[in-house]
Amino acid sequence: MSLAFRRVACDRGGRRLFDDVSFALAAGEAAVVAGPNGVGKSSLIRIAAGLLPPAEGEVTATERIALLAEAAALDAERTVREGLAFWAALDGADGVTVAQALDAVGLAALAGVPVRMLSTGQRRRVAMARVVASGAPIWLLDEPGNGLDSASVGRLEALIARHRDGGGIVLAATHLPLAIPGAQTIVLSGEEAA
Amino acid sequence: MLALTLRDVRRGYAGGGAALVVAFFLLVAVLFPFAIGPDAAVLARVGGGVIWAAALLAALLPVERLVGPDLESGVLDQLRVRGVSLALVAACKVVAHWVAFAPPLMLAAVIAAGLLDLSGATLLRVEIGLAIGTPGLAALAVATGALVAGLRGGSAVAGLVMLPLAVPLLIFGAGALDPVGGAGAFKLLGAVSLVLVAGAPFVAGAAMRAGME
Repeated sequence: MSLAFRRVACDRGGRRLFDDVSFALAAGEAAVVAGPNGVGKSSLIRIAAGLLPPAEGEVTATERIALLAEAAALDAERTVREGLAFWAALDGADGVTVAQALDAVGLAALAGVPVRMLSTGQRRRVAMARVVASGAPIWLLDEPGNGLDSASVGRLEALIARHRDGGGIVLAATHLPLAIPGAQTIVLSGEEAA
Repeated sequence: MLALTLRDVRRGYAGGGAALVVAFFLLVAVLFPFAIGPDAAVLARVGGGVIWAAALLAALLPVERLVGPDLESGVLDQLRVRGVSLALVAACKVVAHWVAFAPPLMLAAVIAAGLLDLSGATLLRVEIGLAIGTPGLAALAVATGALVAGLRGGSAVAGLVMLPLAVPLLIFGAGALDPVGGAGAFKLLGAVSLVLVAGAPFVAGAAMRAGME
């Protein structure tokens, strides 16, 4: 199992954001993408997810991917449980897995609440629960700590640690400090951004 | 993919979406007598065409809600990460949109026919024509929705894109109202509708992919 970037470059809006990014993650490994705003952290995550073609280089992911993106991708008028169940059905996960994932992000009590009633941080945690419930070995997390209180950040760090103990791969883009022991750091410093 | 289709059907009916289409359709149908005058003979003659024009305008109404919100909320991203093809997503949306919009429209056509004093035979031809033509209209709506997703002022552009492409449906749909030469028009209506249904998912899929970059 691996996630590898080989000399990957990214162009956005006719401008080179970063180039020559190479790294490889094997089972149990993690990497944190760091750098200032606008340097292309989210673009790197989208390239890893296969949503954006790299301008140069190649990306190989050998296993299923779970993506935590900026948008929650949950229907506002449905309940948390229904919203997650829709994605769980696509991922082949059952109701128990969803309930456990909700419990793991500390939102078990809100399962019956419509998504539109949730706060920003809570919505983020539901999206994180979808990543957990998906059972995918490769996690791509775009700013997973955004909007979370300190207790939730602690839970997030524990989830990441547990996933890696189980042989999972984590690639996280974050501008907030996140305790991921032994993670590689991928520093993006676009030529123009400096 | 049943889950995907059901989700879109629910979203189509939720929030009064279908009711809005029906209300708009009836409103347009009611406007014509005001514009043309209350002469029953004239209305009966133009009524079938009026229903078709009203159906076309009503079909335009939900276009912006079909794909745009899913692009914005990241649903399409999440589907693609799971390896679901966007053309398949679009095909599900065509089916779902047809289910959410055609049956209410065809029911409302009965009411419109009463308002316009159409004969039973004409109404029957309108309903058969709508049954054949609405899948094409639904496909066109999804493709247009995908093309304008993420654009500012998308609904205005949607009208400009969709209405000219829907003209063949309108021509053959209204042509099929002729009791003598209508059979050929039905076949052509079916052909146009099939072409739209077959092509739209690929157009919409490509448009969604372009919108995500």
